[in-house]
Amino acid sequence: MTSTTPHDLVEAGLAASQADDCIVTVTRSSSANLRWANNTLTTNGLMSGSEISVISFVDGGQGVASAALSRSAVTVDDVRDLVAAADAAARAAGPAEDAAPLVEADQSDTWDAPPEPTSIGVFDTFAPALGDAFGRARSADRLLYGYVEHTVDTVYLGSSRGVRLRHVQPTGHVGITAKDAALTRSAWVGQATRDFTDVDALVLDAELERRLGWAERVVALPAGRYDTVLPPTAVADLMIYAYWTSAARDAHEGQTVYSRPGGGTRVGERLSSRPVTVYSDPAYPGLEAAPFVTASASSSLSSVFDNGLELGRTDWIADGTLAALGQTRHSAQLTDLEVTPLIDNLVVEVAGAEQSLEQIVSGVERGLLLTCLWYIREVDPQTLLLTGLTRDGVYLVENGEVTGGVNNFRFNESPIDLLDRFDVASATVPSFSREWGDYFPRTATAALRVPDFNMSSVSQAN
Amino acid sequence: MPPHDVDASFVALPLRRLADAALQRARDFGVEHADFRMERLRSQDLRLRDGALEGAHDGEQLGFAVRVIVDGTWGFSSSVELSPESAIRTTEEAVRVAQVSAAISSERIELADEPVYDNVAWVSAYDIDPLSVPVGDKVDLLGEWSRRLLAAGSVRHVSATLEQVVEAKFYADLAGTMTTQQRVRLHPALEAHGSDEATGRFDSMRTIAPPVGRGWEYLSDGRHDWDDELAKIPDLLAEKLSVKPVDSGIYDLVIDPSNLWLTIHESIGHATELDRALGYEANYAGTSFATWDKLNTLTYGSGAMHVTGDRTVEHGLATIGYDDEGVQAQSWDIVRDGILVGYQLDRRMAAMKGLGRSNGCAFADSPGHIPIQRMANVSLQPADDGPDTDGLISSVENGIYVVGDRSWSIDMQRFNFQFTGQRFYRILNGRLAGQVRDLAYQATTTEFWGSMEAVGGPQTWVLGGAFNCGKAQPGQVAPVSHGCPAALFRNVRILNTQSEAGR
Repeated sequence: MTSTTPHDLVEAGLAASQADDCIVTVTRSSSANLRWANNTLTTNGLMSGSEISVISFVDGGQGVASAALSRSAVTVDDVRDLVAAADAAARAAGPAEDAAPLVEADQSDTWDAPPEPTSIGVFDTFAPALGDAFGRARSADRLLYGYVEHTVDTVYLGSSRGVRLRHVQPTGHVGITAKDAALTRSAWVGQATRDFTDVDALVLDAELERRLGWAERVVALPAGRYDTVLPPTAVADLMIYAYWTSAARDAHEGQTVYSRPGGGTRVGERLSSRPVTVYSDPAYPGLEAAPFVTASASSSLSSVFDNGLELGRTDWIADGTLAALGQTRHSAQLTDLEVTPLIDNLVVEVAGAEQSLEQIVSGVERGLLLTCLWYIREVDPQTLLLTGLTRDGVYLVENGEVTGGVNNFRFNESPIDLLDRFDVASATVPSFSREWGDYFPRTATAALRVPDFNMSSVSQAN
Repeated sequence: MPPHDVDASFVALPLRRLADAALQRARDFGVEHADFRMERLRSQDLRLRDGALEGAHDGEQLGFAVRVIVDGTWGFSSSVELSPESAIRTTEEAVRVAQVSAAISSERIELADEPVYDNVAWVSAYDIDPLSVPVGDKVDLLGEWSRRLLAAGSVRHVSATLEQVVEAKFYADLAGTMTTQQRVRLHPALEAHGSDEATGRFDSMRTIAPPVGRGWEYLSDGRHDWDDELAKIPDLLAEKLSVKPVDSGIYDLVIDPSNLWLTIHESIGHATELDRALGYEANYAGTSFATWDKLNTLTYGSGAMHVTGDRTVEHGLATIGYDDEGVQAQSWDIVRDGILVGYQLDRRMAAMKGLGRSNGCAFADSPGHIPIQRMANVSLQPADDGPDTDGLISSVENGIYVVGDRSWSIDMQRFNFQFTGQRFYRILNGRLAGQVRDLAYQATTTEFWGSMEAVGGPQTWVLGGAFNCGKAQPGQVAPVSHGCPAALFRNVRILNTQSEAGR
């Protein structure tokens, strides 16, 4: 992109800083996407970005103050300007509540390697196959709508305390919606990928064809509580939200489902009688995520002082018991709990569950099989009651077989309650959340069968 | 105060030089259309907790994008490196993207005509650039406001946030349009948290002052009565914590503009985006029940319903001089006398549907994203001689008065929705009878708007809005305002959210 390499930009920034301490992060990103509707491409794009984030720290005698600035920037002059602005802002700021000693020297072996790019060429196999899928869809009166994106972010984090960490994060996903020509039936498939070598447009199209076929028989069902199979995608839809609301400080201050009435958190409390474990692990195969903290601003879930902190497997719910909440070192002190910052992936496992989704469905006498959930919003933080919709395929299961397509529903449910109410789970498999996958694509989840899922009303959407 | 100019530091960027390089390279390829857009988005987010600064972040996105139409196919590329060489390379990439895309494109892209605007400038109405105010002054003010709330016995914790954006855009296209624009927006919010010791229930009450296209003066010149709003919050919270849950059932609703703006946004704003009606968002944001064949025939709501789209209202968050395709801002009817009469458009869709000119709804949220059709300020008009809020309440025997937005959700075709609020009051025999809690209203769009018996007068009209409207892949966020009066709805379904949770 320019002659100055990212690691040299970091060094230039650190050398220019007049503050007591400084952290400079350079993120180079490269992204390509294709979007289509009605069996034809609608938009596309290439993006390349370079963001420099500078955090300056100044001990004004009363405590350490910090200031965090970031900017799209590519030159040494840019980074020097930004460092000067951050130094000045830190001198003008009051002491930070979350002040803590910065992480000491830690160096990635690949520190001075160049950023890794992507290009429109990442779709060289996928795009022609998509063209073939359009042809198949046209000849079968089927309409395809969808999106593919591939992004590679390369992060360089350096500090005045000798931290030099680099992380390459490839992220990709595909989602395809199919409708019949009359627009009365709809199906969806989605998948996360690191490099698109494992994505086959024709396989995905065949699955969409099968699902539209399931819905040829239309069954209208009223609102009510149903024996419902949530596939791994729908479990990811719900559990990602439960993860994002897990800030320990918010819980400690009596604002979330993880708050103990009367004060403090529910850590240590059994949330589920089932052997369910919810965890994050930066080294989880296929879901590899940054093994260190990057924080461009402080909040209840992140602290700029924690930049570079090492991350390892963290159990949030261990064998049914709430084991940890999202922490900064500051909130860990407030709550007297372990330092467990959030990690950029999430796994939901049920001990002993080895069935496939198909095997679970085959055990249902009369119930619903969902595809995914949509427009999920928090109704009540205390119970973590969430509302939302079923989307693009609700199927009636009778005597273990899918026998038709059902109307959509609005649900009102709490994921924390569901973890205690499910009666059967599948083995954990890679999943892609329909609702949040564009922003949180790294999940592996079990399917859950819930005997009394609350479908609050019927939605006419299809 | 006289209108501002576009910031000198933005105008000093090599806007024309890069545009010329990009557009000339595009001409070399014989493209049908090319546009160049450079943007600088400066922002600052402040977050306080119990009066102390929890986090502050200053951001600046700066870059440019080139969009071309080659043989009827779009190509788009963007960069953050501001040199003529980079502009040329980015143009070549955009052309290459169009060539790769041609094989899977079966619709020929054409754009609706638009007059040429040669070197025009536009700046939104504001007095004080919020980013020119020292952070310390902002922290002091929000801290003092937080401590006022904390001083009340009912308030255990207070969070305060202030989002501020200064957006500068330069646009040039092959037809000769060249625009330079700047707008300012900010969103202050404070939320008080408390709990009831006896029951262990916790809850919160947030300010309902809307985000606005104004400067720092919004917090400092008395235009919004912050003192009054903050003074009332502790007692409102205490009452909310002590009152009974609602009995689920059917009630008449009087909805305050502080809540109704969001219902308008979800059930009218998004439903009348033509790209959704045509299926472009089918894989993501969703489609619309208000399909193209229903234009001028669909009964959207009662005869009291008059909804407009505009990008012109002063201080509106979607207000601009020219959109991201060089189309001048306009205002038009979307629903008139309860009938669907208009959509929100960009140049491609206007041409495709033979609608003449675009009404100027193309918007990209950053230099790295392609412009798509985004929401105008979609607003419900008041009745010229309509009643005030008390007048609306006086015609309700058994109902609920809803104030402030909170939770929102609506389906993929914009039929079924569910909303909560900051606070709910029982209406008995035409008068408010105290708060109730744990309430959500659930309805289907056309039934809901069909049940709107009356809208309030201009004295009840408020311009609400949001910074964070999400749409498209890759995801884009857009700011948008919605003006509305208070309004009266008959026979709406009310849920008790505790029973929904199985409690």
